[in-house]
Amino acid sequence: MNKLNKGLISSLAVAMLLVACKSTPMKDAPAKVEEKSTNSQTTNNTTNNHADTSGVKEVVVDSNTNNSNSPLHDPNNILSKRVIYFDYDQDVVKDEFRPLVEAHAKYLLANPQAKLIVQGNTDERGTREYNLSLGQRRSVAVKKALNLLGVQDKQIETVSYGKEKANTCSDENCYQLNRHADIVYENE
Amino acid sequence: MHKLIMNKLHSLFLFLVLALTLGTISLDSQAALTIEISGGSAQQVPIAIVPFAQTKLTDNMGAIISADLRRSGLFRVLETRGVDNQPTDVAQIKYSEWSAIQTQALTIGKVEPLANGNLKVTFNLMDVLKQNQLLNMDYTITPGQLRITAHKIADAIYQKLIGEPGIFASRIAYITKASKRYSLQVADADGFNPQTVVSSNEPLISPAWSPDGTKLAYVSFEKKKPIIFVQSLVSGSRTVIANFKGNNSAPSWSPDGSKLAIVLTYGANSQVYTINADGTGLNQVTKSSAIDTEPVWSPNGKWLYFTSDRGGKPQIYKVSVIGGEVSRVTFEGSYNVSPRFSPDGKSLAYITNEGGRFRVAVKDLVSGQVQILSEGVQDESPSFAPNGRVILYATKVGGKGALAAVSSDGRVRQRLSDAGGDAREPAWGPLSN
Repeated sequence: MNKLNKGLISSLAVAMLLVACKSTPMKDAPAKVEEKSTNSQTTNNTTNNHADTSGVKEVVVDSNTNNSNSPLHDPNNILSKRVIYFDYDQDVVKDEFRPLVEAHAKYLLANPQAKLIVQGNTDERGTREYNLSLGQRRSVAVKKALNLLGVQDKQIETVSYGKEKANTCSDENCYQLNRHADIVYENE
Repeated sequence: MHKLIMNKLHSLFLFLVLALTLGTISLDSQAALTIEISGGSAQQVPIAIVPFAQTKLTDNMGAIISADLRRSGLFRVLETRGVDNQPTDVAQIKYSEWSAIQTQALTIGKVEPLANGNLKVTFNLMDVLKQNQLLNMDYTITPGQLRITAHKIADAIYQKLIGEPGIFASRIAYITKASKRYSLQVADADGFNPQTVVSSNEPLISPAWSPDGTKLAYVSFEKKKPIIFVQSLVSGSRTVIANFKGNNSAPSWSPDGSKLAIVLTYGANSQVYTINADGTGLNQVTKSSAIDTEPVWSPNGKWLYFTSDRGGKPQIYKVSVIGGEVSRVTFEGSYNVSPRFSPDGKSLAYITNEGGRFRVAVKDLVSGQVQILSEGVQDESPSFAPNGRVILYATKVGGKGALAAVSSDGRVRQRLSDAGGDAREPAWGPLSN
């Protein structure tokens, strides 16, 4: 029963990742920032002439994304594959992901105006900021693999989400799906 | 196993007793965080707080003050309902009745409506043994300021009887995640009055209070990468402080509020920088091929303590704020991260990992002694209260993020659970003025 559940969760996670890859959208999609005041309560404490900051202004942030047609999103094209998995505590790009990295290197060389972001991810164990730095190692490893294939730094940005996108896990099958670097093209 | 259940029952029991005594808290819709307390200091000041004379439509200020003082673990708040004498003015006090229940201090007060809709709050703190007055204050407030004024009164009582600043009128910030939406929240120190500072469908992490309590720095992923913002709590205006190529994370304010220490990566590994609070004047502090992250300023403004894996495993190191030689601070264990200074600069709280168990530790920087304070498995983000008495941190309860607090001597524990969702990354704001 337990095993079944874990299996389900794992395949669900894979499915979600695949969906995420397929739908990675394109085009300019500026993040929308709305500002709204949620608290108009004013404070005039006559015994306290310091700035009373108990009234807080709320800011709402929403990022919108659009889809477009491109080889990058053709499910039959390897360029639509965007996820590179890593072993525990490792930042080595494994051989099985070479074809994926090579395809993106080829695309970047053929399209010098194209830019991509590599986003590193870790599993949930450890603290947020330290994991952010660990995830960065994975994105840098992918960048270096692209560099070796002739892609210049100006087409690549390396960032990390740390454990922010990690699913809650209780076993290695689940943890390993959280240790990945994702390739996202600019304006997707 | 059995012991664990007993402990749970015990704290539940304590919580029920508390809820019954106060006759309030858990069901109040204003409270985002429900507080459970266990343990207490050996030396507690006995105090009686007579319910304030005020309309029954609002929370009684006496009950709010009682809850604050009890939560500190330093007071034994006595039951007052069995005492005939229920004074609201000094002239009505019958000291013999109060010395009979062996209280040392007595608080009385009243709330009177004024013609313009405002309220006048008066309170007195009396020494029962000497039969004299220790404090007498009055406040003119709007009805919406009732709770914060009760916290200020609790702060005044705490200051008078303990001899240190109280933290009840200070505020905490934390991140919540509910149905895939992230919110940076600010609430009173007792979890009431939560307000959303910013919300996003991409992660928000690492909130940090400006020393004057008017701004929060934080990291937002709204542009699909970590960028550091500073946002005014008063106007809501937000400024990008760092949006360099790569990661921009781990903001920490200098004690004078003029600069932030931040972490940037460009195309490589995390390194520590300083930047002016307006986003100008970037200066690289650490120059290594390792991970250097989570910088915090020492209270004297001279040092940055930070996490680095330059020795193979993550440990805490220190460096002058202008860079230079780096020296190691933590030696016990193989994973020590997230340093936070006590306000007096004498001790350092951090997260230590022992056998896969992440807990809050505190190191006395003078004696070098280390004490593990928390009891969780995935504890994170320690944050000292501005009087140094309590450390707030993030923990996991039933797979969900919750906030917890422990007194810095480890004796008093509290759990603040958010009914709405995951709560994480608490940061305790400065003392209220």
